[in-house]
This record gives sequence, structure tokens and C-alpha cells, in this order.
Amino acid sequence: MKAEQQYIDLFTHYEDLICRHAASVMNAPRAKALADLERLGFPQVKSEDYKYTDVAQAFAPDYGVNINRLDIPVNPYDVFRCDVPNLSTSLYFVVNDTFYGKMLPKAYLPEGVYAGGMRTFMEKYPEVASRYYGKAAPTGKDGIIALNTMLAQDGFVVYVPEGVVVERPIQLVNIFRSDVDTMANRRILVIMEARSVAKLLVCDHSIDDVKFLATQVVEIFAGEGALFDYYDLEESSVSTTRFASVHVKQEAGSNVLVNGITLNNGLTRNNYYIELNGEQAEATLCGMSILDKEQQLDTYSHITHAVPHCTSNELFKNVLDDHAVGAFSGRILVKEDAQKTAAYQTNRNLCATREARMYSKPQLEIYADDVKCSHGMTTGQLDENALFYMQSRGIPRDEARMLLSVAFTSDVIDYVRLDALKDRLHKLVEKRFRGELARCAGCRICK
Amino acid sequence: MLEIKNLHANVNGKEILKGINLSVKAGEVHAIMGPNGSGKSTLSSVLVGNPAFEVTEGEVIFNGKNLLDLEPEDRSREGIFLSFQYPVEIPGVSMVNFMRAALNEHRKYKGLEPVSATDFLKLMREKRAIVELDNKLASRSVNEGFSGGEKKRNEIFQMAMLEPKLAILDETDSGLDIDALRIVANGVNQLRTPENAAIVITHYQRLLDYIKPDVVHVLYKGRIVKTAGPELALELEEKGYDWIKKEMGEE
Repeated sequence: MKAEQQYIDLFTHYEDLICRHAASVMNAPRAKALADLERLGFPQVKSEDYKYTDVAQAFAPDYGVNINRLDIPVNPYDVFRCDVPNLSTSLYFVVNDTFYGKMLPKAYLPEGVYAGGMRTFMEKYPEVASRYYGKAAPTGKDGIIALNTMLAQDGFVVYVPEGVVVERPIQLVNIFRSDVDTMANRRILVIMEARSVAKLLVCDHSIDDVKFLATQVVEIFAGEGALFDYYDLEESSVSTTRFASVHVKQEAGSNVLVNGITLNNGLTRNNYYIELNGEQAEATLCGMSILDKEQQLDTYSHITHAVPHCTSNELFKNVLDDHAVGAFSGRILVKEDAQKTAAYQTNRNLCATREARMYSKPQLEIYADDVKCSHGMTTGQLDENALFYMQSRGIPRDEARMLLSVAFTSDVIDYVRLDALKDRLHKLVEKRFRGELARCAGCRICK
Repeated sequence: MLEIKNLHANVNGKEILKGINLSVKAGEVHAIMGPNGSGKSTLSSVLVGNPAFEVTEGEVIFNGKNLLDLEPEDRSREGIFLSFQYPVEIPGVSMVNFMRAALNEHRKYKGLEPVSATDFLKLMREKRAIVELDNKLASRSVNEGFSGGEKKRNEIFQMAMLEPKLAILDETDSGLDIDALRIVANGVNQLRTPENAAIVITHYQRLLDYIKPDVVHVLYKGRIVKTAGPELALELEEKGYDWIKKEMGEE
């Protein structure tokens, strides 16, 4: 039996239940998603884009799926205290794949701005919801996105109307909490209308040691002149598998930053699709990871320059220790008319052991003739001269290694446009390199 | 303080040092001069434990300890400091973090508590003044984007922070203009005490006009071939090295 079959069966048996417990806007694309999944199947290891991630194996176990949307006995406010000093956020939770609507915190959102669950959003803004939901993440190209679209029942939405500036960052904490192996199908929908401004920080945590499997589809629409930051911080667990896809569509003059940081995980596949559809749009796509033991991270990015005068900057860095495996595939497509494109891509990796593996592949497809595009990739070890220089000042070799490793990743964190978060991330990275659990000190999850 | 006996060392299998004998006492400044390729920088690298150099024979005793048995970081914490001929750039590591880590390791070695943030900044300010190092440089990454002169001043600044017993200055004057040379030399002189010592490796008398040596050695083909007072440096400046080569029976 093919790995996707159990999910197809699940859907065909329980379609009524799934639809009944879901926001109705999410039911519309299910039939097509099912057909696409049946046609595509899961991506196979022999396909170029999934060479380093065995999708069928990841989906093979029998995970529980909470179709009936039963309450999970957890109070996220009890188990999670985000400890980013000097950073006040409008804080929300998703437990497994259900928006946690109880005891919503005091919102610091300007009038007209929505942050919250898909269901309420759909009631308030049915027309906006159906105009955008599923429109950036096509189900016809990737079986995992089809599966997510077929099964997802809830989601988190940020909607910022034209010209509105949201000063305080919005924070979403995804919590995995279960006594049995569990699958979650998460959605995030971000709609930034023209000239709106907002920042969203999403943190992934896994509380229990059972196996977790997450599919996450994130859709971001940036209207003309919109300014949006998306920070994705994964601090899950070695028994968590995550397939995430971020889809960004940018209009003219918009500026979007996507920064994906993996501090703790099991197996992670992160896909990033960015489309620059309006002139003078600017995208910054960056990420870093610290991987050790048997941890795996497979990063795939696809940036499309569809029109002239757009800029994209891409920087990914990975530090791999023990038997960790990393992969990076960076595709940049510059369409025929997209003259005066500026697209820069960099991928740098440190392999701390002989066993750690990094596979890196830049792919530039350029059909315009007046562009500035560059790509660079290095995989290597720490600079011996720098290590010796530090030792000669009394710093032990291990400490010197740590300082250099922290330094190696620091420029990715410097892209963070929130000072408090930036400081906190620098500290978390240092703790992570010291082998201390890289989680917020105030979070009971790790105590 | 420092006793080098019959020191032999290789780099990439080639013997560079062929039996060095040198004795440095507290309070002394020794200058080591010599033509290019004579082994001056190799000697300084061996003393601080650069792993690219292999000691094949001989011993080095520093304040009663067998220096060659110690890791580079322990040599530093025992009080040896090398001002690098080519200071290394370390992107992403700020001078402040670098210096605090180094200083606290030295304190830990002595059984002291880590320095407080205020005391540390005060100390940084104080020592920076010795070599007129700009505050802006102190907040940048180690040596990154520093000019040649700034890098050398930064070396002496680090020396001032760590207060070594034995400072080895490896061609600290190379690449310096006259003003920078004066600043660096003044810095070194301010740090001189009767309890510490320095080995100054240089090609030129110029630096020795500022840092007065007690003893001048000539290193040639991996051996110290001549040792005399400060007047030797003047003589070398005037006549070059040919007469020494002749004295050794070479053309």
C-alpha cells in the first residue's frame, strides 16, 4: 500500500466529520486536494526535489488525527511562558492543529486588524477568507500540500487592512501536546493589504515525547507597499517530524522578510516559495539551523522574479554536528521580462564532524538579460587560524569553537528586525551550542 | 623567567630552528634581529604553541614550568603573550566578547570570579587609552576591517588587558607609519615593569629607538649567532647582515 493511501482512506471515510468540524472556507478545496493527492502521491526520494527526505517513511506510522476536534487537556498559558525580555507580543496559541480560543489575551491590535482562528475570521470576513484561502499554496504540485489542504480543519489568520500599522508583534505558539502519536495539519493565512505593516513570530514547541508529525502550510499575501516580517522558530523535539511550506505572494513595493530558525527538531522539511509579482518588491529569505545527533533539516526555496525591478536576498546557514544531515536547494527563477532583477543567494555550512553531511544545490534559471544575480555556497570547518588566535589569548579550544560557531550564525539573526527578539535569539543560539536546552527559560515545557 | 635550551623545531618536515639557547630574566627586554627566513617568527610561534610547528628537540622552561607540555591557552594563562605579526580577523566575534572571554579565562585560572560588566568596561576604556584605540573599534568584530596600524594597536591593547609576564612582539613595527609606531612603542613602554619581560622581534633599529633593549641577538639559519648590547642593533642598521655571514665563514 502506498503511504498516502491511509490518509486518502481516512478522508473518504470521515469526510463528513472533517467538514462538519472545520471552517467552511477550508472545505471548498478538499475535493480537488483529494484528487491531486491521488494523482501525485507523496513526493518520492527519487524525485530531484525530495532526494534527501523520505516522505513515505515519515508518513507511514499510524498517527492519531483529531478529526472530531476533541479538547486537548492542556492550558497553554500554564505550560508556556515565553521569556523574551522587553518583547511584548499579542500572544496566541494553536494546540496541535486547533486554535486555542479560550482566555484570549488582551489584544493590542489596531481597529480592523484580525488575529485569531480561521472559524471566527470566516464568520467576520467570509468574502476575504474565500478570496485568499488556498490561493497561494496550490495543491496540484506537491502531494503534501494536497494532503494538508484535504485534512486541515482549523488555522491561524492575520489580517491587516489597508494602511494599518500593527506596532506590537503578533506571536503564535504552536504546541504539540498528546499522549499518543499525533499528526497535526496546520494552516496559517496572512493577508496584508496595501501599505499595511505587521510582524509575526511563530514558535513551534513539542511538549511530550511521543511521535509528532506536522504538516504546515503558510500563505502570505503582501499587498502594494506592505511591510511584513515572518519569523519561524522551531524548538520542537527529536521525535517531531515537520513538513512546512511557506508561500509568499508580493505586490509592487512590498517588503517581506522570512526568517526560519531551527534550534531543535527531529526531521524537518522547510519549503519556501516566494513570488515577486509587482515591481520594486523586495524579499529577504534567510534561515539558520543547529543540528546534532541524528537531526535532519532539508530546506528548499523557490523565488520567482516575475516582473522587473525586484530584489531578493537569500542567506541560509547550517551548523551540523554528530550525524546530522542537512540539505539546501535554492532555486531562483527570473522570468523573461524581469529586467533589472537583483537576486543574491548564499548558503554556508559548517560540518563539525566527519560524519555530518550537507548537500547543497543552487539553481538559477535566468531568462532576462539585464540582471544582477549571484550565488555562493561553502561547506567547511571552523577557521584553524582563528581558533589558535583565540587560544593564544587564553580561551580554551572548546570555548573558542563555541564563540566561532555562534559568530557563524549571527548574521542570520542580525536580519531580525525586532531588537528584543534578536538579543534573545543570540542568547538562545549560544545556549544551544553549549548543549543547554534552547528553550525559553520561563517555559515549563523544559523544566 | 624564560630558559630556552637547544630548541629544534620543524615546519612541514623542514628544520627551521637548529638549537636555540636563550635566557630572559624579569625586567629585561631582548631584541631578536636577523635576515628574512632565519627563524624569528618560527621561534615566537613555537613559544606560544602554534600546532603547525613541531618541536623535535630541546626544552623551554617558563617560570619553573615546562612550557612545551602546555596547551596554547594555558601558556597564555601562565603569562605568555604574542603580538601577532599578522593578527587574525574573526568575523562575528566582537572585541568586547572576545576580550571578556579571554580575561575571564585568565581570572578563572587564578581562582578569581568573572569580572563585573562595569569593571570590565572601565578596564577596556583605561587600556584602550594606552594605544589610543578608538571606541568604535572595540565594538567591532575582532580585527575585521581594521587597518594594518589598527590591528597592531589592537594587539598591544590586548596585551594591556591581559598583563602578561612575557610579551613577544613579532614584527609589531611592520606596516606601521611613524605616528602609529610611536603610539605602539609608548604602549609597550607603559606596560613595562621590573616583574615582566619582553622579546622584540624586528628587522629595524627604528622600533628599538623607542623600545630600548637590554640585549640584542642575531638569529641566523635557526641559531643565535651573536649576542651583544643595544649597540649591535645600530651596527646592523649600518652594515646589514653580510659581515655576520662573513664572520661565520660564508661568502
